[in-house]
Amino acid sequence: MTKFLKRRQFITAGLATAASASGLGTAVYFADRYGLIPPDHTGIVGIGETLTYATQRLLTSGHSLAREFKRSDISKVPIVNGPHPTDEKYLALLAEGFENWRLSIEGLVARPVSFSLEELRRLPAENHITLHACEQGWSYIAEWTGVRLATVLDLAGVRPKSRYVVFEPFANPNQSRTVVRALWESIDMADALHPQTLLAYGMNGEALPADHGAPARLRLGRHLGWKNTKYLSRIVITDRRDLYRKGGGTWYGGI
Amino acid sequence: MISEANVEAAVETASTPRHIALVRITHWIVVLSVLGLLITGTGILVSHPRLYWGETGGVGTASLIDLPIPFIIGPSVWNRPFHFFFAWVLVLTGLTYMVGSFITQHFRKDLLPAKADLRWNRIIAVVSEHLRWRRPEADAVSTYNVVQRLTYLAVVFGLFPAILWTGLAMSFGVTSVFPILATALGGHQSARTLHFTCVVLLLLFVIVHILMLCLAGFWRSVRTMITG
Repeated sequence: MTKFLKRRQFITAGLATAASASGLGTAVYFADRYGLIPPDHTGIVGIGETLTYATQRLLTSGHSLAREFKRSDISKVPIVNGPHPTDEKYLALLAEGFENWRLSIEGLVARPVSFSLEELRRLPAENHITLHACEQGWSYIAEWTGVRLATVLDLAGVRPKSRYVVFEPFANPNQSRTVVRALWESIDMADALHPQTLLAYGMNGEALPADHGAPARLRLGRHLGWKNTKYLSRIVITDRRDLYRKGGGTWYGGI
Repeated sequence: MISEANVEAAVETASTPRHIALVRITHWIVVLSVLGLLITGTGILVSHPRLYWGETGGVGTASLIDLPIPFIIGPSVWNRPFHFFFAWVLVLTGLTYMVGSFITQHFRKDLLPAKADLRWNRIIAVVSEHLRWRRPEADAVSTYNVVQRLTYLAVVFGLFPAILWTGLAMSFGVTSVFPILATALGGHQSARTLHFTCVVLLLLFVIVHILMLCLAGFWRSVRTMITG
């Protein structure tokens, strides 16, 4: 009797293990298929990152909009987090008002294109008054003017297998002495095609100030400050997961 | 002198655990995750140890509280990812505890105060006894007193949900779906300030909780929370 019970328990335990393993496998398969797994899903930190990313992607699947504010809410002091790059290339462009600056859209696109600042300004412009907050804790409200990233990506013709959009800024030796190359950043297609995602060239009714990312910066309604790459020089569309981020911390960051 | 009923009662208290397994297991996971959250949360806080009210705030604007600690920005980049890892552990453990407590009737049996005990004189009597550092009587040890019950209910249904709410209110992804989470509190910075305030209240609870353990016998109390 006990032998029979033991065998039955053993079989039950085996079946339960097999069922949970295949259940987990199926869950992972579908989660990956529906874009719920972030590129940095490994390790202890990856567990939290994956849970946060998957939850927020399911929660925000309808292009939910970040809160917008009134003109009277705009902060008198838009905080500057680190001054603009001081390398020769950037300073030369800054001196001539970015007349020879071009933003190239490369990678998985049907028509690789590049835009001058004037060409970006001629595309349909939008204004969004949103909150900009740093992970350190400070925040300010500003009005951002720019073209939707979705409009620019549409002109370039993004290929269906694209997964991420990578933003490369001008190298900023001020920000870090150890990192020689620029700190590029990337977002998924859900954020890239979001209606509040702008290539912003204007701030509070004026041209984007150099310290805030001139000539153009990325503005994301649903992300913290560090995801909003300043001093853009190049945009690359990719399906490579290993190109997700250069810098510390997690990729999605939870916010 | 020993009556049969007394013996039966003694046998029963000896065989039924002081704390059910659900409470014991989730208690220690919560302890560890709160410790992790405190360490990483402090790491985030020291990168900007100032608190504001409303939506905005920063160096150069009026603050509500300037904490007497220097700005330490260096290693903050990994505090946040670990903060969210521990937050997930806490939330999932909390959910397990909530669901399990309703199933096992832990809330009704162990935490809901008896109507007769919900009187100011009863509550004041319990508080004054503890303030005078008087050991609780033996039969009172096997059950929570009215102040304990009310405090635990406040922590479970008030403080932890408030910490979760104020934390989520700082998430741009979350407030894009539920903007009221931030606006009801007065804004992004108010949520941050209230998140900090709730944690201070939780720390006060932990300090009093440990003091009360010392009164009841620290190691004996810890042992019953491990082995039952």
